[in-house]
Amino acid sequence: MIKKLLGALALSLTCTVSIAAESGHPLETAPDRLNDMASLQNGAKLFVNYCLSCHSANSMRYNKLTEIGLSDDEIKKNLLFTGDKVGDLMRIAMTPDDAKKWFGTAPPDLSVIARAKSINLGPTGVDYIYTFLRSYYRDTTKLSGWDNLVFPNVAMPNVLWQRQGERSLNRVTTHQVANEDGTTSWERVTAKYDPQGYSEVKTEKLENYRGDPSVRAVLESSNPAAAFDNDVADLSNFLGWMAEPVQLKRKQMGVWVLLFLALFLVVSWRLNSVYWKDVK
Amino acid sequence: MAGEKTVETTGLLGWIDRRFPLTTLFKEHMSEYYAPKNFNFWYFFGSLALLVLVIQIVTGIFLVMNYKPDAKLAFDSVEYIMREVPWGWLIRYMHSTGASMFFVVVYLHMLRGLFYGSYRKPRELVWIFGVAIFLCLMAEAFMGYLLPWGQMSYWGAQVIVNLFAAIPFIGPDLAIWIRGDYVVSDATLNRFFAFHVIAVPLVLIGLVVAHIIALHEVGSNNPDGVEIKAGPKDAKGHPVDGIPFHPYYSVHDIMGVAGFLIIFAAIVFFAPEMGGYFLEFNNFIPADSMKTPPHIAPVWYFTPFYSMLRATTSDFTWILSAGAVIAAAALFLKGNLKGVMRVAVPVILIVVAVLFKVIDAKFWGVVVMGGAVVILFFLPWLDHSPVKSIRYRPTWHKYLYAVFIVNFLILGYLGTQAPSDVFNIMSQIGTVIYLAFFLVMPVWSRLGTFKPVPERITFHPH
Repeated sequence: MIKKLLGALALSLTCTVSIAAESGHPLETAPDRLNDMASLQNGAKLFVNYCLSCHSANSMRYNKLTEIGLSDDEIKKNLLFTGDKVGDLMRIAMTPDDAKKWFGTAPPDLSVIARAKSINLGPTGVDYIYTFLRSYYRDTTKLSGWDNLVFPNVAMPNVLWQRQGERSLNRVTTHQVANEDGTTSWERVTAKYDPQGYSEVKTEKLENYRGDPSVRAVLESSNPAAAFDNDVADLSNFLGWMAEPVQLKRKQMGVWVLLFLALFLVVSWRLNSVYWKDVK
Repeated sequence: MAGEKTVETTGLLGWIDRRFPLTTLFKEHMSEYYAPKNFNFWYFFGSLALLVLVIQIVTGIFLVMNYKPDAKLAFDSVEYIMREVPWGWLIRYMHSTGASMFFVVVYLHMLRGLFYGSYRKPRELVWIFGVAIFLCLMAEAFMGYLLPWGQMSYWGAQVIVNLFAAIPFIGPDLAIWIRGDYVVSDATLNRFFAFHVIAVPLVLIGLVVAHIIALHEVGSNNPDGVEIKAGPKDAKGHPVDGIPFHPYYSVHDIMGVAGFLIIFAAIVFFAPEMGGYFLEFNNFIPADSMKTPPHIAPVWYFTPFYSMLRATTSDFTWILSAGAVIAAAALFLKGNLKGVMRVAVPVILIVVAVLFKVIDAKFWGVVVMGGAVVILFFLPWLDHSPVKSIRYRPTWHKYLYAVFIVNFLILGYLGTQAPSDVFNIMSQIGTVIYLAFFLVMPVWSRLGTFKPVPERITFHPH
């Protein structure tokens, strides 16, 4: 019976398909640098400089950064700009009401964003942020002048654009359209966005197309992407750490707890055997 | 001395025993409670459920010391516990993992009862108290889930409370009465907090005590489903197929506890979110009454029942209606009801069949979901098989149980997924299988060739 149960469980788990993101754009796997203090520190620096003016991290204290190897003095000298104290929470001056007026929506608090963006049995929130921050392209038709493949119509502009350099996008969309006479037909839309965000869109009708709707988007960068990708990896890594600062300690401790419990199991097993030895 | 009882114990214990039946209680429930020798793996889950209850209460007490039941502060106070309260993260993960593991353990405990007929005479009340515990546990988990005040907390509560609005006539007012507001709000959070930390736990503990007292009154069942009290007895009148619970099963259960804690700690320390099933990722977004998440799914332990709720569409009520008509015809023609009942019961069923199509399907969804749990109360009277244990049932009964289990797991899986046409049909089939398993049990449970039940339990010395 147990075997049947486990079999059914395994079956139901393998049936689970994870969906990449709301947009269907596939998420890339971010490099795992959770144990890399230099990466976390670089991420913290980028976070404080680029994110922490519109986004708050209300659950995070500046001096929590001592856990990733920074001293109070280093935090004060390099990461505190607004007269905050080192024991303060990472709050921002912008009110949600102002934010709504300026951006159309209040930027979310980023304390636990890396956990919020994770997908069941799928890519983590760190993967999401890593892909999201590298998927911006210029689009003059949008209010901010930017759009994003992972998060279409995002209100946030590409704040890291100076680090990234010029970008252009080629996107081929194949989808079904309804005709006036009620029938449907397939069409392919090829859109090219140049680095200034002006687009050139070409639509062609497909005869006898058999297949599924699809979107294929390719971003091209003028700069070599390695340095930028590295920074974004560090920033995503930091956001992943910040979502649960205790996670490193938790796993280290877990090893000892499991070792102790394994010993406890052996002792209790032997104790049980001694008692039951004479039961006939 | 006048008024003092004579007891065997001396010293401090004697002093207590003359005033409180401590030794008597210990003997009655531990050292002289005779349990069958042949308990197997499935018999760990009762003591494990008790362990998880203790974990939940103790960690809960510490969480309440730092949690703020206030719509403005609740979400941040949970993160405060996770980051600033010394060991707060451990306490919180133990509590969140404990919630899910409680259901794992209780589902397995109930399945054990199903396998070995532990609900059959004379253990009906043990089972009924147990199902009441399961209901309380569901209420406890549902209200506790609102407290972190994340998006899933909020919208999950919104969806479930709205179900009550489907009840004819009183529904909408009832839903407002439960929430204390027109939407889930601070008032709802406060009352759910009160229920979660004091009202429901009090009832839960009372029921657990009743469950154990009832069990010790009638004695434990065992994998063979034969009564050890009916077997031979030793010189002192104790059943020879039984063994004192303490020390034999206390040391045995400690071993179970050790094994369980290894799994428990592995989750707490290495996978507290359990891939998004124990802690839902959407719940790391603070509750926002203006933003409905695209996909609202309850936590995994509710999903089988949630599937049955979603399966009950207006098309599906035709099937329920047809089921009621068939049942009415079968009871009238073949049933062994006597006198007025022979006509009354089928007539009631025909009325129900009509009501299935008259009242909104949403209401019947709630009835099906609630009924799927309530039907468990009647299990002792639905099962008419001549043997208790699955060991001596016809082989095809075992396949029926396997279908039931796999079906329950599939319903659980479907409940976690966004609805689609195929999934909807699957969950409708699943709902029919689940309900038919119990409702047709009086018929199928007596069919087939049963194996001879031994006089005594089968026990192989360790």
